[in-house]
Amino acid sequence: MVELSTLAACDDDFFDQPDLEAQWRERFENAPVKLSVRDLSISYKKSRGKALSGVSLEIRENEIFGIIGPANSGKSSFLKAVNRMDMFNPEMRVEGDIFFNGRDVRKLKNVYALRGRIGVVFPLPVGLPLTVYDNVALAPRLRGVKDKRRLDGIVERCLTRAALWDEVKDRLDSLGSLLSGGQQQRLTIARALSQDPDLLVLDEFSIAVDPVTTMRIEDVLKELRNDMTIILVTNLVQQARRLADRTAFFLNGTCVEVGITEHLFTGRVKDSRTTDYVEGRFG
Amino acid sequence: MFAATELNRRNRQVERLVRILFMMMTVLLVLPVLVILGTLIYKGGSVVTVDFLFTNPSDGMTAGGIFPALFGTIWLVMVALLVSVPIGVAAAVYLSEYAGDNWLTRIINLAIINLAGVPSIVHALFGVGAFVIFFKFGTSILAASLTLAIMTLPVVIVSTKESLQAVPHAFREACWNMGATRWQTIRRVVLPNSISGILTGIILEVSRTTGETAPIMFTGAVFFTPFLPQSVFDQTMAMSLHLFVIATQVPGVPPELPYGVALVLIAMVLLMNSVSVAFRMYLRGQKKW
Repeated sequence: MVELSTLAACDDDFFDQPDLEAQWRERFENAPVKLSVRDLSISYKKSRGKALSGVSLEIRENEIFGIIGPANSGKSSFLKAVNRMDMFNPEMRVEGDIFFNGRDVRKLKNVYALRGRIGVVFPLPVGLPLTVYDNVALAPRLRGVKDKRRLDGIVERCLTRAALWDEVKDRLDSLGSLLSGGQQQRLTIARALSQDPDLLVLDEFSIAVDPVTTMRIEDVLKELRNDMTIILVTNLVQQARRLADRTAFFLNGTCVEVGITEHLFTGRVKDSRTTDYVEGRFG
Repeated sequence: MFAATELNRRNRQVERLVRILFMMMTVLLVLPVLVILGTLIYKGGSVVTVDFLFTNPSDGMTAGGIFPALFGTIWLVMVALLVSVPIGVAAAVYLSEYAGDNWLTRIINLAIINLAGVPSIVHALFGVGAFVIFFKFGTSILAASLTLAIMTLPVVIVSTKESLQAVPHAFREACWNMGATRWQTIRRVVLPNSISGILTGIILEVSRTTGETAPIMFTGAVFFTPFLPQSVFDQTMAMSLHLFVIATQVPGVPPELPYGVALVLIAMVLLMNSVSVAFRMYLRGQKKW
């Protein structure tokens, strides 16, 4: 269990604010642990030093968990390790324990099923050079769904949830890779949802997306939180503030701290570097 | 402000000069092709008729058509393709999609490049030793085609690998992240988007195989046979060897006859190359990402 920052030291300054920690406890204390990482270290063969060293944290079911931190702080490597993508990168060395739904993913034989449970959205939208329909139907097809009516249903539902259905419903057979950037990113989300994931992982999804689309996707995420756990890696600290229940601050491959998101933004931190970062003093 | 300085003027002069020089080099490059084609059409155009294509040579190869040679070349190329395409494409997929970057794959890649540099006469002698004698195929279409296949394998592998690698890596990662295996990713995303390049490479390989002489002259192609091949274990005539024979070995051949054969041969190659170019242009128009 991750230790939470206590309110004791700052009662006076924030007496008029709701007790966020109590709220968090009420919602998540008894929730199952979705993802638990213990002493996770990642290094790459050809670069000296570690991309990530000794990170431990726990993410509860249905939580939106933010990860913030400057570039090269190990955020993306962390996500790759969770998804066992180190299998495709012979340079990558992972040490430590990662438990997903209580199972040690590093000892898992069927990593394909694991990846099927985790939906991933990339920094740059990746519309596969398939039709819009095939993009969303790909994951179900990989699982062996062949029935056209069932696929139709999945495609419509996922595109609707990703707030893209109205824009593409008349051109489902045009290429997904030729949609606009914002549309492609929502297509990527629809594709991730078509896996029917337990855990949705977004890696700086708004880098290549206009502000209007960003806000639409954020609204989508607020609705999805009822059905799945979400890890939101973001370089926009305010985005983490808007969405995340708790947020971890990564710096130079270490996890500086994990806390109730609002606490990190209101100075109730264990490490002053967190405040410096969220207030834009470095990074 | 916009008055030309001395430097500006000199830059413009150099620019003009460079442009003209490079254009002349390009023209120089195309010239031989035009001259060859022109000569062939001028000297041999008169003998190329439908009859010429579909009758046997007669009068000790000093008259008649080229049908057995044309037919034999098609046989040789087809059998060679049947062998080299599956092996070459599979090897390229393995090297591009599965193999890691280690000393073994580096040696394999080096071997492929070296195989491409082996002179065709060496391939021919290898073919004689391996297929004609060791495997006891005799001088046959099979032995000749296998020799051609080995000679063109590196071309297929390299062009296929390039087409596969032209598909952005992000597409593969997206698929893997969804729980797709490597093969599912290859079959659903990588191959469909590289098949055009792979086919273009194969067509170019066909056109090269068509014109090869050395690898087949000891392994399966013969001077003259009145019979069309019935199976891959038969010997056959071939266009390239036929041209060599009537141009240098047979006395009393009317001069326009070799030109006619050469014209047909080069037309076959040009036809296939243009198909390949047209195909590539068509696919380039279809932007996928």
